[in-house]
Amino acid sequence: MSFDSDKNLWLSGNEAIALGAWEAGVQVASGYPGTPSTEIMGNLARYEGVYAEWAPNEKVGLEVAIGASFAGVRALATMKHVGLNVAADPLFTAAYTGGRGGLVVLTADDPQMHSSQNEQDNRNYAFAAKLPMFEPSDPAEAREMMASAFALSEELDLPVLFRTTTRVAHVKGVVRKGERRQVAAASIEKMPAKFVMLPGNARVRRADLEERMRRARERAETLAENRVEEGSGRRGFITAGTSYNYVKEAFPGAPVLKLGMVWPLPEKMIRAFADSVEELIVVEELDPFLENHIRAMGIDCRGKDLIPGQGELNSYIVRTAIEPESRRELFAPLDLPMRPPNMCAGCPHRGLFYCLSRMKDIFVSGDIGCYTLGFLPPLSAMDSCVCMGASVTVAHGMDKALGREGAGRIVAVLGDSTFMHSGITGLLNSVYNESNAMVIILDNRITAMTGHQQNPASGRNIKGEPAHAIDLEQLCHAVGVERVTVVNPHRIGETRRVLAGEIERDGTKVIISRAPCVLLPEEVRRKKPLYVTDPDKCTGCRACVGLGCPAISWHPLTPEEALARGYREKQPGWAEITTVQCNGCGQCAELCKFEAITSKEEK
Amino acid sequence: MRQSGNILFTGVGGQGILLASELTAYAQLAAGFDVKKSEVHGMAQRGGSVEAHLRYGERVYSPLIEPGTADILVAFETLEAARYLPYLHENSAVVVNTMRILPPAVATGRMEYPVGVLDELTGRGIRVIAVDAFEIAREVGELRTANVAMVGAMSNFLAVSPGIFLDVIDRKVKERFREVNRRAFEAGRARVQDVQQ
Repeated sequence: MSFDSDKNLWLSGNEAIALGAWEAGVQVASGYPGTPSTEIMGNLARYEGVYAEWAPNEKVGLEVAIGASFAGVRALATMKHVGLNVAADPLFTAAYTGGRGGLVVLTADDPQMHSSQNEQDNRNYAFAAKLPMFEPSDPAEAREMMASAFALSEELDLPVLFRTTTRVAHVKGVVRKGERRQVAAASIEKMPAKFVMLPGNARVRRADLEERMRRARERAETLAENRVEEGSGRRGFITAGTSYNYVKEAFPGAPVLKLGMVWPLPEKMIRAFADSVEELIVVEELDPFLENHIRAMGIDCRGKDLIPGQGELNSYIVRTAIEPESRRELFAPLDLPMRPPNMCAGCPHRGLFYCLSRMKDIFVSGDIGCYTLGFLPPLSAMDSCVCMGASVTVAHGMDKALGREGAGRIVAVLGDSTFMHSGITGLLNSVYNESNAMVIILDNRITAMTGHQQNPASGRNIKGEPAHAIDLEQLCHAVGVERVTVVNPHRIGETRRVLAGEIERDGTKVIISRAPCVLLPEEVRRKKPLYVTDPDKCTGCRACVGLGCPAISWHPLTPEEALARGYREKQPGWAEITTVQCNGCGQCAELCKFEAITSKEEK
Repeated sequence: MRQSGNILFTGVGGQGILLASELTAYAQLAAGFDVKKSEVHGMAQRGGSVEAHLRYGERVYSPLIEPGTADILVAFETLEAARYLPYLHENSAVVVNTMRILPPAVATGRMEYPVGVLDELTGRGIRVIAVDAFEIAREVGELRTANVAMVGAMSNFLAVSPGIFLDVIDRKVKERFREVNRRAFEAGRARVQDVQQ
């Protein structure tokens, strides 16, 4: 093969999906950032003729897409796997209504939990919501399948689910370019029997859904995305998504039934394929989804008795699961210090978590974002993290369970974008039902974890254009919070005093810990004073080291070394700032009681 | 010319591994191969260990390198070379930046940075080429080209001609950084040839 840059592009799965959706004529797209789905919307926003937006959460995003479909245009909603839990409410009923313009709902699953709190298998949503689901194996297929998904959605009057995983979304490969399809004109058309889902109408649409899914099952038998690849040998494989790649690598000559549409299943095709091979093996990541439904057809197969049901697969795992004798001698891993992710040098969250780490007998109910890293040592200042928005509500539940025991001890911590996503309703509940928990909003002016996406509090839209910025203080007051205090988390002493005072107060109180993410372009450009250590003044007290800042290194000393450097014999070591890594937040300088850390300008 | 191969890029988030693997991928595409590359974004980028898998050949299905099959490991940090030992085989070439970035447990004094980790590789018969990429970057006058110097060093182990890499740099790097990146590539490439002679 050769790479012809006139016809081909080198794209990630997410870039290919944006291209495919644009070529398919998508006109409205909405989503909430979430790894590994984020780059789809960011890319789509750059194409002409598409309205793309960041929604505050996935339910909002899907409903926006449903609205656009009702107006007759092709629409896309994107989210990560757990986002579909948030959007499940509109999803299940959109199966009843169908739409007018094609509606594709993209879910990006994260087997192995590279950047997620669970590894749920969202193929189960296709079964549960009674919707077709496509699943590409690589970027080239992802682009092509977008067109098929939109076409099938219109043909069957059903939303179509589109599932990727990390090893499709964040894999780069060669993708063909195409032309954009002619787009439909939007219009208002009143179809109450189809769009107004009160019981009388819903019962009719419920029955009709069965008919539409019957047609989907029929289409599955002839769909180009479901195909048999002939081969030889006694084993035949049924597989889909990225697992297909591993089967092709591990068993290159074997017959394969490759499913591009993973729900509903082409029963006749599967039966014929099963009859054509001696042993049928289903290879899939996570749940035995295909396997269970194939077994329910009365077809015998192997699957999860061989293939792991947790974590990612690769071609080695697949090959050795099926042929244990193919295991090779591998070099054993060395015992090395781990390198977990860490908050960046100069991260404002570090100051806030440092303060929390110094508060006695408190429980910190955390949330989803960069700041979840506040859980890690040396700060170790987060005690729970379940899902988006759960910080506030879990804190309230603990407060109610503990009663007086919990007074002055329960803290919820969540980011600005997470607060927009699903923290506001929890805060409403806290005020309404008289919680005594303290809620801290870490306002770093951006959705940072996923790579700096704008949100309703950041003052810019997806294209970076000025947009209305929600006033967090006013919003908190509006839901009934009387005490809202803003702190600068880089000022550790002041922040500690505020937290210590506020936590003792009755009722719901909000602290807004406000300082921009240090990686924001305007922050990177801003000249900040960099800090340096004076080794002569360092006493080895480790106060700065306790911040866990990646720019600060500890150099241990033996008593002889300490004496040789002119320190007292007992000094265990000294700390040093790596100036190239310093982002000038000054937190360490404030903690140093010996004036061993000063800004370069002061010198 | 080798018809297929696996190149593993490892290092610490923020070291420019993505650009290095991108330039390599484009060079392999220009040489006529099919290429797939796998990365991890999100949580994994916050200063933690990062890896990019690059596979090339006539037709590449899997985007992931199997354990024991990395032909070349390009490690941007010493510890991050040793960490990926299970991916290597006896004929692997390891191009490693001699830079040390202390992991949190070391920086906070709870553990020590292991000494002689590269000996663990050479002791198993693996060829290790240590390159001071920052020194090269300093010499060419732009510290941020250390990643491209590593690509230059690595290019010695590929059949793709250096001219293809330089073309890719011309096409993919912003004009004002082009010349300095070309120099970093060539200096990195030359450094390994010195070592080998």
